[in-house]
Amino acid sequence: MSYVAHDETDFARPAEIEEMELYHPKTFIGKYIWSQDAKVIGVQYSITAIAVGLVALVLSGLMRLQLGFPHTFSFINPSNYLQFVTMHGMIMVVYLLTALFLGGFGNYLIPLMIGARDMVFPYVNMISYWIYLFAVLLLMASFFVPGGSTGAGWTMYPPQAILDGTPGAQWGIILMLVSLAFFIIGFTMGGLNYVVTVLQARTRGMTMMRLPLTIWGIFMATVLALLAFPALFVSCIMMTLDQALGTSFFLPALVSKGQLLDHNGGSPVLFQHLFWFFGHPEVYIVALPAFGIVSDLISVHARKNIFGYRMMVWAILIIGGLSFVVWAHHMYVSGMNPYFGFFFATTTLIIAVPTALKVYNWVLTLWRGDIHFTVPMLFAIGFIFTFVNGGLTGLFLGNVPIDIPLSKTMFVVAHFHMVMAVSPVLVVFGAIYHWYPKVTGRMLNDSMGKFHFWVTFIGSYAIYYPMHYLGFLGVPRRYYAVENIDFIPQSAHSLNVAITVAALIVGAVQVVFLYNLVWSYFKGKPSGDNPWQATTMEWQTAHTPPTHGNFGKELPVVYRWAYDYSVPGAQTDFIPQNQPPSKSTGGNEAKSQ
Amino acid sequence: MTTVLLVLVTIMATVVWWLFRQTINVKPWVERRPGSELQGDVAFSLPSVKVGLWVFLAVATSLFALLISAYYMRMAGADWTTLAVPQGLWLNTGALILSSVAMQWTRVSARRGQINGVRSGLIAAGVFTFCFLAGQLWVWQQLSASGYFAAANPANAFFYLLTALHGLHILGGLWVWVRTTAKVARGAEVGAVRLSVELCTTYWHYLLLVWLVLFTLLLTTPPRQNSCSPDNFAVCGPTR
Ligand code: HEM
Ligand SMILES: [Cu+2]
Repeated sequence: MSYVAHDETDFARPAEIEEMELYHPKTFIGKYIWSQDAKVIGVQYSITAIAVGLVALVLSGLMRLQLGFPHTFSFINPSNYLQFVTMHGMIMVVYLLTALFLGGFGNYLIPLMIGARDMVFPYVNMISYWIYLFAVLLLMASFFVPGGSTGAGWTMYPPQAILDGTPGAQWGIILMLVSLAFFIIGFTMGGLNYVVTVLQARTRGMTMMRLPLTIWGIFMATVLALLAFPALFVSCIMMTLDQALGTSFFLPALVSKGQLLDHNGGSPVLFQHLFWFFGHPEVYIVALPAFGIVSDLISVHARKNIFGYRMMVWAILIIGGLSFVVWAHHMYVSGMNPYFGFFFATTTLIIAVPTALKVYNWVLTLWRGDIHFTVPMLFAIGFIFTFVNGGLTGLFLGNVPIDIPLSKTMFVVAHFHMVMAVSPVLVVFGAIYHWYPKVTGRMLNDSMGKFHFWVTFIGSYAIYYPMHYLGFLGVPRRYYAVENIDFIPQSAHSLNVAITVAALIVGAVQVVFLYNLVWSYFKGKPSGDNPWQATTMEWQTAHTPPTHGNFGKELPVVYRWAYDYSVPGAQTDFIPQNQPPSKSTGGNEAKSQ
Repeated sequence: MTTVLLVLVTIMATVVWWLFRQTINVKPWVERRPGSELQGDVAFSLPSVKVGLWVFLAVATSLFALLISAYYMRMAGADWTTLAVPQGLWLNTGALILSSVAMQWTRVSARRGQINGVRSGLIAAGVFTFCFLAGQLWVWQQLSASGYFAAANPANAFFYLLTALHGLHILGGLWVWVRTTAKVARGAEVGAVRLSVELCTTYWHYLLLVWLVLFTLLLTTPPRQNSCSPDNFAVCGPTR
């Protein structure tokens, strides 16, 4: 098979898609502040998310300081510690990762990658961001109200979340609940956009099966989020009513500080069901976009088509569907019916099958690829390692008899940080190194990037590997200090010191990353339109950064899937999706999957 | 949680079925000119707002299904006393049905291009909807006046919660209704409002359906749920 340049008659007629009416900003404010351009909104989302993420990072540093060096910091008391844990967890999961993957990457990448000019409902999209910002501000405000922010844990279990004695039981928890409700409203607005845009605004020739996996991941994650967030919404409202109006949705009759409370008959377990009905899909809401992005990073930087594209898509669909029937594996210790436990353990183990498939496919894509160890690739490979690690401990915890002794210990903390904190964050970094050139027109500095990667990657292992061991020893999570307990040896304390040192180093290195973001914006090497020689549509725009409307006068037409790398006989080792086929090759049917 | 699972299974099944049709037997790595027999080459032939509305209805369905599940689970609590369904709700239900009928009439008129029918239909639908909302507020007032505010017992709390959320959804619909009616009042052509009218109609029927489900739920709640037994300690917890 030889590749011959196309002849002109081969062009399909340009798009017959309805042109959408674009909104035309006139002023600076219209362009960058009240913008309806998905690219700007994506950047706004990303910057806001990273900013609150930094707050959460600082909180984790404070927690580690306390755990490593108890009795040293007079400004951290037990209540503070719980508040830090709670705010750290909630911010990281919802306000950083969800917002960044869907609001940030989703907004920036969906229209560009599917060959659209913008989202289908740009105005709603803009409102979505402002509601998100409002939710973030409400949450931040809770640090400053009387009693401080809530210390109920990111799971906010009642009754303790709203009982005196828990920090922030008056104001903090209400602000958290209301802020979450706003977050969900804002997200729903954005989410409708992402889903409908993928369904309706694909350019000519961009079939669902030609979508890059990044889009598949974001799409399915959005579907999950749209269906799962209502559960959190409902529980937030019901708990707010319990706290403010004295209803008894979740609060049983109980005696608090020697007083019989007015509540009666409510069911805390009901809250747990609702919370985890959201909470487990939430794990996949941050994981699926990460899966998708990693697939693309690996394919681009190994110059190979992704192994088993169709299988990857179906795995995403199956994981998405299954993620709604595993929630109660978080509730093995809640006293629910043991038969439930049996059912949920089974579904939990089943979900490992499509997940493992994806891992195999990534590895097989790398196999004999022309691997370029660029910074995005390093992060992608780092992700595979970390995710496998966290996934394996997940298999342990999915079994009732193993989970029961380990739950509420540091083992769980180590597990979920591996699987849903470090892994997606590595992907976030990889994605930023990968797409920063498109957003700004400049490359991020490579040496700083490699330094950032190695310290973060090795550092994360230094933090979380030993933590598994602490969990085996029985060191509990959400404890301010663990002292004078027979079963915890003195050596555990030395380990805690080491973990803290590692955590502080990892935290500090993120400054290098931030510096890189700023420095490269002004001084970075100009990137050109397609620095990674990638096939997907966002790299085929006429301008970098893409101008308003993305694709110049005419929408591009797509002729092929997103993974034509190293096609035998082709002139270059990549063929952009919008390059028309040549007669003589007649398609590359012979190429195996 | 069975309710919500059933609903979600239906929604997910629809999603997956559609995606499956898009994806099965497609060999994406084969390059092809667009416009050939490729499946999924084009989007739905519906306008995007309609697709958006249907997606939103799926979200709202998830919300109400979750509330209903919660209602059932809470019903198993020992302190459950069933709400004596206020008779006013029958009137309100009638008003909501009428508003839905009026909307349907508007849509038919819009299809036939009769702007007069659209105008009167919209106004009738709006009036009936406002009647419904006012009626709901009135029922709230009656309940709280007879000493049953939200905290009085769990059935009341759920009643307020369900009606409030349903009412808020209706308010959202009324916002679109106001904009459409204003357009018509300013003398817009039928063609300019046909889409909005169709969206409103779908939404009104949906909210009527939700209300009928909720109302049936209230009416069919058995007078007194038995208290906890070892069988349902998933709900009651091990202690009781
Ligand atoms: C340098 C990075 C990080 C460090 C050092 C760190 C450290 C910690 C520590 C010390 C705890 C509390 C353990 C306890 O006493 O129970 C914790 C909890 C938690 N972290 Fe992180 N963390 C980091 C990043 C992240 C990220 C990126 C996420 C995003 C998913 C995350 C999610 C959580 C969650 C959900 C909790 C549980 C909060 C709770 O118990 O309510 N963390 N983390
Ligand atoms: Cu889970």
